[in-house]
Amino acid sequence: MSPERGPVFLARRTYRRRRLADAARLLPVLGGVLFCVPLLWKGGERAPGTAEAMLYVFGLWAVLVAISGVISRHLRAGDSEEDGTSGEEG
Amino acid sequence: MATLNVLVLVCVLYVVLLFVVAFGADRAAAQGRGSWLGSPLVYTLSLSIYCTAWTFYGAVGFAARSGLEFVTIYLGPTLVMIGWWWTLRRLVRVGRSQRITSIADLISSRYGKSNLLAVLVTVLAVIGTTPYIALQLQSVTLSFAAFAETDLAATTMPDMQSTALWVAMGLTLFTILFGTRNLDANERHHGVVMAIAMEAVVKLCALLAVGIFVVWGLAGGIAGTLERIEASSIARFEVSGPRWVGLTMVSAAAFLCLPRMFQVMVVENENEDHLRTAVWAFPAYLMLMSLFVIPIAAVGLDMMPDGANPDLFVLTLPLMDGRDGLAILSFLGGFSSATSMVIVAAIALSTMVSNHVVMPIWLHFSGGAAMVSGDVRHVALLARRLSIAGVVLLGYLYFRLSGGGTALAAIGLIAFVGVAQFLPALMGGLFWRGATKTGALLGLSVGAAVWLYCLFLPSFGPSLILPQPVFDNGLWGLTWLRPYALFGAEEMDPVVHAVMWSMLLNTGVFVIGSLLSFPQPLERLQGAQFVNVFDHSGTPGGWTGGMAQSEDLLIMSQRIMGAREAQALFAQAAQRQGVAGYLPEPSPGFLQELERALSGSVGAATAHAMISQIVGGAAVSVEDLMAVADETAQIMEYSSQLEAKSQELARTARQLRQANEKLTQISVQKDGFLSQISHELRTPMTSIRAFSEILRDTGDLTADEQSKYASIIHDEAVRLTRLLDDLLDLSVLENGQVVLNTQTGLLSDLLDRAERAAGVNNSGLTVARDRGAEAVELTSDLDRLAQVFINLIANARKYCDGAPPVLTIRVSVADGHVVVDFTDNGSGIPPEKQAVIFEKFSRIGETKAGGAGLGLAICREIMARLGGSVSYLPGQTGAAFRVSLPQARRMAAQ
Repeated sequence: MSPERGPVFLARRTYRRRRLADAARLLPVLGGVLFCVPLLWKGGERAPGTAEAMLYVFGLWAVLVAISGVISRHLRAGDSEEDGTSGEEG
Repeated sequence: MATLNVLVLVCVLYVVLLFVVAFGADRAAAQGRGSWLGSPLVYTLSLSIYCTAWTFYGAVGFAARSGLEFVTIYLGPTLVMIGWWWTLRRLVRVGRSQRITSIADLISSRYGKSNLLAVLVTVLAVIGTTPYIALQLQSVTLSFAAFAETDLAATTMPDMQSTALWVAMGLTLFTILFGTRNLDANERHHGVVMAIAMEAVVKLCALLAVGIFVVWGLAGGIAGTLERIEASSIARFEVSGPRWVGLTMVSAAAFLCLPRMFQVMVVENENEDHLRTAVWAFPAYLMLMSLFVIPIAAVGLDMMPDGANPDLFVLTLPLMDGRDGLAILSFLGGFSSATSMVIVAAIALSTMVSNHVVMPIWLHFSGGAAMVSGDVRHVALLARRLSIAGVVLLGYLYFRLSGGGTALAAIGLIAFVGVAQFLPALMGGLFWRGATKTGALLGLSVGAAVWLYCLFLPSFGPSLILPQPVFDNGLWGLTWLRPYALFGAEEMDPVVHAVMWSMLLNTGVFVIGSLLSFPQPLERLQGAQFVNVFDHSGTPGGWTGGMAQSEDLLIMSQRIMGAREAQALFAQAAQRQGVAGYLPEPSPGFLQELERALSGSVGAATAHAMISQIVGGAAVSVEDLMAVADETAQIMEYSSQLEAKSQELARTARQLRQANEKLTQISVQKDGFLSQISHELRTPMTSIRAFSEILRDTGDLTADEQSKYASIIHDEAVRLTRLLDDLLDLSVLENGQVVLNTQTGLLSDLLDRAERAAGVNNSGLTVARDRGAEAVELTSDLDRLAQVFINLIANARKYCDGAPPVLTIRVSVADGHVVVDFTDNGSGIPPEKQAVIFEKFSRIGETKAGGAGLGLAICREIMARLGGSVSYLPGQTGAAFRVSLPQARRMAAQ
C-alpha cells in the first residue's frame, strides 16, 4: 500500500468509529425518551390501552436491541475515548 | 396429578445436575479445556441473575396489579446495557485493571482505599440484600405450597419453614463448595458462572413455555389474548408518570449497584469484549422474559378464581389445566431464579463482609503474631465460608420473622432503592476527579438514612420501630419529618418519594462535601487512575520501596496467598529483575504488583494496609508522587552529577600530568647532575694528579714552579672539599639532624656579611639596598640565614646578565614575618624551570660554570628548618627570590 493512501484510509475508519461511539452514547438517551412516549397517551376516550402500549414498548425494545447489536459489532470495548485507533485492536 | 414426591425428586435431580455442571466446569477450567466457558454467551446468560424469583413470579403479580408498569424494572437495565459506552465499559475496565473484588472494594479503592467507606457500603448492601434473599426463600416455599394444595394424595401439608430451611442449607452448601474454591475473589468462579448460565436458560425456557401455553393453549392465539387483555381490569393504560420514570431510573441504578450484578458483570468478567455481545443479547433476554407477562396476568385474572395469588399465576395456570410437566418446568424456572440469585448474592456479600469487616478485625487483633505460612489464607477462606452461611441464615431469619406476608414486588423495589444509594459515589468516582472520600461518606450516609427512614423501616408497617404517631405526625412531632411526606411532599407514591429525596440529598451532600473537602494524595492518585482509565491503564508507582524488606513481604504474602503461590509470584518478579532466588528488589513496580495480587484475596484496603505496615507508614506523599511523575528531573539531576564527577576527573588527570612532568624533569636533572658531579670531581682530581706527578717525577723544578703547582693542587682540593661539604650539608639538612645555633642580630649586619662573603666587591654587580628598612632585629640561626643570603647574592653575581647587573634587596615586615626580596635585572628564570630550581641537582644554564646545583636546594632546606620559606617570585624585572621568616624563630623543625 502506498504511504499516501494509508493515513486516508485510517482517518476514514477513525472518523466512522467516532461517529459510531457518538451513536452508542446517544442510543440510551433516545431509548429513554421514546420509552416515555406512552405517558403522553393518558386521558381521552380514544386513548390507546395496555395492549397497544405493550406492542409499542416491545416493538421499540426490539428496535433498540437491533441498533445496539449493529453498533456494538463495530466498536471495541478497549477503544480509547479520544482516539478510535488506539487501544488493544490491531 | 402431580405428586409432591415427584416434585421433590425432580428438584433433587435438578440440584444434582447443578452440582455436576458446576463441578465439570471447574474441572474443565482447571485442565485448561474450558475455552467455551469464557464465551460471551455465558457472560450474557450469567447477567440474568438480575431476573430473580421476583421477576419470575412477581412480575406477573406486579402486572396483575398495575398493568404495564412492571416493564420499567427491565427498561432500566436495558437502557444501561445499550448505554454501555458511557458507564459499563469504564466500570469493567476499572474493575479489571484494579483487580476489584466487590462494589464495596471499588468504592473504597476509588476513595483512597478507605476501609470505613467499604464497611459502610458492606453494611448497606447486607441490609438491602437480606430481605431479598428472604424473598427468594419465600417464593420457593410458596411455589411448593401451591403444588401441595393441588396434590390430593398428600396427607400432610409440607411445613413451609422446613422447606425454606432445606433450601437455605442446600444453597449454602453449593455456594461454599463452588464459591470459595479460590481465595482470590478476583479469579473466575467457572463452576458457579456455568451453573448460573444453565439456570438462566432453564428459567427463560420455563417462562416462554408457560407464555406459549397460555397464549396458544388457553387464550386461543394472539388475537384471543389481546381480547382478554382488553377485557381485563388492566386494560386501561393508567401509568403514573413519576412512577414510570422513577422506577426506570431506580432499576437502572440498581442494575449497576446491586452487589450480585456487580459480581457477575465486573468481577467475573473474563474479557472486556464480552460486553459487546451482552449489550444487545441481554436486553433481548430481558425482553423475552417480560414478553408474556401481561398475557399471563390477563389470562390469570380472567380464569383464576378471585383471591388467587397473582404472584403464582405462572405456576397455578398450568396446574389448573392439569399440565403437570409444564408446571414442574415452571417450578424449576422459579427455583432456578431463586437459587442463582441467592448463590451469587451470598458470594458477593461474603467477599465484602470477609474482606472489609472480618479480615481487618482479625488482622488487628492477631497483630501479625501468627507467622505460619498460609494461616491468613485459611482464616480468609473460613471467614468467607462463615459469611456465606451467615448471609443465607440472615435471609432465612428475616423470612421467619417477617412471616412471608408482604407482596413479593414491594420488598424488591425497597432493596433496589437501598442499593441505588451507591450510585452517586460510584458515578462520581468514575467520572469526576474532584469526588472525595468525605463527600462519598457523607452522601452515602445521608442517602442511606433517608432510605431507612422513608422506605425500609415503614415497610414493616406501624410497629415498634416506627409507631403509628410517627407516620401521622412525624419524628418528635415534627410534621415535616413524616416518613411518607418528607419536607411536606404530600400524597406522593412512597417509592418515588423515597427515591426522590434520598437521591437528591445523597447527590447534593456528596457534591457539596467533595467541593469543600480536600482529598489525600492516595485519593487523588486513585481518582486520576479511575477517571482516566482509558488514557493510561498502566499505573504510576505509589510505593517507594527501599526500606521494605523483601523477606518480610514474602512471609506476609505466604500467609495470605499460600506458600506455593507467593513463592511463584516472588520468583517470577525476581527473574524479571534479573535477580537469582526468591527475593526480588522491593521496587515500586513490584510492590504495586504485589498489592494487586493481595487485593484480589483480601480486598484493596486490607492489602494496602498490610503492605504499608511492612514498607513503612504513609508510602505515598505528594513529594513521592512528584518524584515519580517527574522522572526527567531526576535524570537531569543525575546527569549534572555525572558532569561534576567528570570535571573532577579531568582536574585530577591534569594534576597527574603535571606531577608526571615534574618527575620526568627531575629524572633528567638527576642524570645531568651525575654527569656533572663526575665531571666536577674528575676535573680537580685530574689536575691534582697531574701536578702531583710533575712534583714527584720532575727533579729540577724551581721553587716558584713548585709553589705554583702546589697551590694549584691546594685550590683544587679546596674545590673538592667544598663540593663534598655541600653534599654533606644537604644530606644533614634533609635528614633533620642539623643543630641550630640561635643568636640575635640585626638584618643589615647579616646582609653586609653576606654581601662580602659572596664576593660582590670584586665583581661588576651593584647591590641596591635600603638600610633604613633593614634595621630589623632577628632571632634565628644567623649563620645559616647568612648562608641562604650568600647563596642568593652569589647566584645573582654569577647568573645575572643585566648590563650593568644590579641586585635590589628589599626588606619588609608584615604579620611578624620578615620578608627579604632579592631581585636582579637579568633575564630571569624561564617559567618551565621555575618549578624545579629548588630541587636538588638543579642547574640553570648548563654551560655556565658554577656549583653543582645544590645551592637553592640547601637554601630551601635551611629556611624550612628556620620556620620560614624561600620561593621564586615570578613577574619581576628579572630573577627574584623571596625569603620569608618569622621575626622570633620558632622551634619549627625539631
